[in-house]
Amino acid sequence: MKALLIRDLRLALRSGGSAATALLFFLAVVVAMPFAVGPNAELLSTIGGATLWIGALLAGLLGLERLFQIDREDGSLDQMILSPVPLPAQVFIKSFAHWLVTGLPLTLTVPIFGIFLGMNATTVSASMATLFVGTPAISFIGAVGAAVTVSLPRGGLLLSVLVLPLCIPVLIFGVGAVRAAVTEPDPFLPPFLLVTAISLFFSVLGPFAAAFALRLGLD
Amino acid sequence: MGFPSPQPVVKPLIMKLQIQNLTVNRGEERILSDLSFSVATGEALIVSGANGAGKSTLLRALAGLLSSESGSIEIVEPEAEFAGQSVADLCHYLGGENAMKPALSVEENLQFWQDFCGQPHLDVDEALDMVGLDGLQTVPFAHLSTGQRRRIAIARLLVSYRPIWILDEPTSGLDAASEQQFAALMQAHLEDDGLIVAATHIPLGLDGARQMVLEPYAAETEE
Repeated sequence: MKALLIRDLRLALRSGGSAATALLFFLAVVVAMPFAVGPNAELLSTIGGATLWIGALLAGLLGLERLFQIDREDGSLDQMILSPVPLPAQVFIKSFAHWLVTGLPLTLTVPIFGIFLGMNATTVSASMATLFVGTPAISFIGAVGAAVTVSLPRGGLLLSVLVLPLCIPVLIFGVGAVRAAVTEPDPFLPPFLLVTAISLFFSVLGPFAAAFALRLGLD
Repeated sequence: MGFPSPQPVVKPLIMKLQIQNLTVNRGEERILSDLSFSVATGEALIVSGANGAGKSTLLRALAGLLSSESGSIEIVEPEAEFAGQSVADLCHYLGGENAMKPALSVEENLQFWQDFCGQPHLDVDEALDMVGLDGLQTVPFAHLSTGQRRRIAIARLLVSYRPIWILDEPTSGLDAASEQQFAALMQAHLEDDGLIVAATHIPLGLDGARQMVLEPYAAETEE
């Protein structure tokens, strides 16, 4: 199990891996935002949390298509299915590895990107907190989409269409929590806890659903 | 389907892989119909037949990667240490693909499979030596030639112990010398109470291996 985690992390960090791609894509989205919105610092900081969340969501989706497809193409998926280790556990590890190289680095770079968006310290810390608990949901929901589309030659688009609607609740409560942190009477905790709950829920359901889809996709 | 009588097995029987009335569909199409045979430890079964006769389908069904329509695939008379385990737990499946990551080095790939499969057998250096590729440990898998890649995939069979080897065209891409080397490896596995089911149209050079010729399903129904 540890071996699978280490291998996936290694692959993501090697040249052509998904870690750098996701981070660069996140940077591109966040940097493009001020140009689109214009030089209104106040407006920019208001939508800062939302921008970071959209960026994280899209960057998370970016490498998902390949999550199981590479393993299927090179025959590793057959070995995974034959392994005595339950397939859902392996899917959990792979999704967790995906989060470690996309969701986690994005969360950690928020203080830097926050400067681009003119965000204050409270918004930055609120964004970091919600992204930290919310981005795992993207990886776990995404794993299901990746498993369903594993045998399709160009499954990337279908994957986005399948996964995005399921990620909307995460987005709503994630951005809601960031906004609540700076808008006075609104409480921060309830939406924050809901995001956490969604992540935990999908960390259990996602691997089982994905493993089921992977078995069905065998030919 | 008739076989030449099996070679006398000197060692006590460890287990037997028994297939009864196996029928496998792929999608709507029937590939294998009512197939029965058995292979015991120390024996090798070479499955041959025309392209599309269902060789790969049979092997994937044996490993448990394809579900069968009807019939059974069982391990019978197992030794206590293998009792209660499925074919998937006891087999190495070498498919058409090598199951190696191009971006990782040869050693990283093999080390991963050893950790992943458990039951370590030979260590990575020994296994590479057995396939004649010692010294390539740090080379990225992507830099190897087709034949070398296949030999690394064969080395995967050696780093973890599994009594059953299910091999799909194991020698594709190998040169004559490597083929002989691989035949010797298979022979050693058989003497070590192993069991081999291999699909190929090239003779593997195994002494005393039983042959089974698969006919395409459609042809059978015409008779």
